[in-house]
Amino acid sequence: MRFRPVLILGAVLLSSACSIQPWVKPYERDRLADPIMAWDRDAISGAYLDHIRESREGSRGATGGAGGGCGCN
Amino acid sequence: MHIANSSLFKRCAMAAIVLASSAFAAGGDAAGPAPSFTLTTLAGQPGGLGEYKGQVVMVNFWATWCGPCQQEMPLLDQMYKKYKPAGFTLIGVNVDKESPAVKELLARKPVSFPVLLDPANQVSKAYHVDEMPSSVIIDRKGQIRYVHRGYKPGDENDYQDLIRKLIRE
Amino acid sequence: MARRHRIFARAAVIAALLLVRSTSADVLPDDRADLFYSKYSGGGMDITGESALVRKKITENLAVEANYFIDKVSGASIDVLSQASVIRDTRKQATGTIEYLHDKTTYTASYISSTERDYISNTASFSLSQDMFGDLTTVTLGYAKTNDKVGENNGTAWVPIVDWLGYAQTSSYSGGISQIITKNFIAGLNLQVITDSGYLANPYRSIRYLDSSNPKGYSLGSQVYPDTHTSTAIQVQGKYYLPYRAAVTASYRYYTDTWGVVGNTVELDYTHPIRNVWILEGRARYYKQGQATFYSDLFPFADAQNFEARDQNLAALDNYTLGAKATYAFLPDGWKFFKRATVTLDVSRIRFNYSDFRNIKYYGVPQYPPGTEPLYFFNATVSQIYVSMFF
Repeated sequence: MRFRPVLILGAVLLSSACSIQPWVKPYERDRLADPIMAWDRDAISGAYLDHIRESREGSRGATGGAGGGCGCN
Repeated sequence: MHIANSSLFKRCAMAAIVLASSAFAAGGDAAGPAPSFTLTTLAGQPGGLGEYKGQVVMVNFWATWCGPCQQEMPLLDQMYKKYKPAGFTLIGVNVDKESPAVKELLARKPVSFPVLLDPANQVSKAYHVDEMPSSVIIDRKGQIRYVHRGYKPGDENDYQDLIRKLIRE
Repeated sequence: MARRHRIFARAAVIAALLLVRSTSADVLPDDRADLFYSKYSGGGMDITGESALVRKKITENLAVEANYFIDKVSGASIDVLSQASVIRDTRKQATGTIEYLHDKTTYTASYISSTERDYISNTASFSLSQDMFGDLTTVTLGYAKTNDKVGENNGTAWVPIVDWLGYAQTSSYSGGISQIITKNFIAGLNLQVITDSGYLANPYRSIRYLDSSNPKGYSLGSQVYPDTHTSTAIQVQGKYYLPYRAAVTASYRYYTDTWGVVGNTVELDYTHPIRNVWILEGRARYYKQGQATFYSDLFPFADAQNFEARDQNLAALDNYTLGAKATYAFLPDGWKFFKRATVTLDVSRIRFNYSDFRNIKYYGVPQYPPGTEPLYFFNATVSQIYVSMFF
């Protein structure tokens, strides 16, 4: 078939994506779950500092972070 | 080439369906005899699965740093007290790397079911724990029957239904 | 005449959008209430901020959050000093947020309303955060829309006479990936594209141009801004857990926009907890930007360019920040229905240096002909104190 290479590529990607096993197991996330490893422990303070900077500088955006933590549930 | 692709795709689709299915994998990837283990309690006494032959056992993997784990502990304790006379046991396997936090937590919020320490994570690996918390329910013959991943309020009802069913066998 | 406030209003809303960005899609964060007080002193201005925040889970999967913030400005910034008397103004901002967790996805929607006498701003935002690949990767996408009404107060703080000059709209598109690399290390990449259009200038500012007919050697004129502005910012960051229990964070951000401003930011943070009771933190930040294409401290003659600005924010500048923060858990194990309560003090010292913005104090001083006045620089101190209670 004309689109066999696409099928092959798709199957390889799909199977490799499916077989990615997490290399950090859920029971190894104790350090990542520590509150000191949160990107932004104090959201009001972080937003306020960003606010001060943006009012004095010409740059804006792309600050912040998500993810990490205990990965529970 | 074409056949290899389609079976690869099928295997992958199967994996996706299994992963996407409900939190209970009845006889799924963890089917078969429950791996035996011996660990120590906080007091340093040995304890393991072998002590509870012939009983319905629930092995609950938990950690002091896991919020949902703490949430379900009091409910697991109630469940243990309720079904123990009927031949049920709950083993709490703690996966913390160090024991001081475990000691401190259990001193503040004690439980009556046995708690064993797995700091080297050997038992977690043997049971293929892929979510925190995880509860593995083992029947009287020592076979893994159900694996429950995660905890959301209301899950304790599901646990009880399954335990009752296995107790009656 | 709330010149500084104008920028505050727009920046505040964008910053507030970022409040929705810190999510972890495994469980919803704990319920909390925070009381916050801050003070910014520098460059002739004193700005206090007061805020209260409450967050509550309605069910295990649904949480709501409300925040109220008041900024009060007093004093005047360096370049307004030459034209205005001491200014006072108050800005009030209210934010409502809803967060919904389903399986591995968190959906967040929020609405922010900000009002001051000469500036009204409203923002609606939505974001989605998805955990994948064994919860090692979190992908976040966000969109926000802001509508502003811009005015100029031609009266005083006590008897305002506001002329409404126009409107501005902003659309913000953001995306981020957070990736757990090892059990000690998490990395992140953020991208944010923001487009605004409409009335984007600050009506209180003027440009100046060389004018030999004026005894001072220069005359003032109106700023003329483009009516569109698109910016792109990309930030890469990493956080590493040190074996003795501490965390070090490093980040770099690159910014560029259609006004010709290019900004580079580097930041380093160190967090050091002491048992379960204290968390100490130190931060160092360096920022450098090039000027906007239509910026000049002194234009050669009147109407020299189509677009002209002399807003400090668009000048070539750099700044250094050193900050320290201490959090004390006065209820580390809770009391009655409180799980934990902490008090935090955070102090930063910032030094701003301008390469092409001159110190107004020297304008019209005979020994400094226009264009040769010393360059402006100033120090600012930002202090924050807040109490956080977790339920």
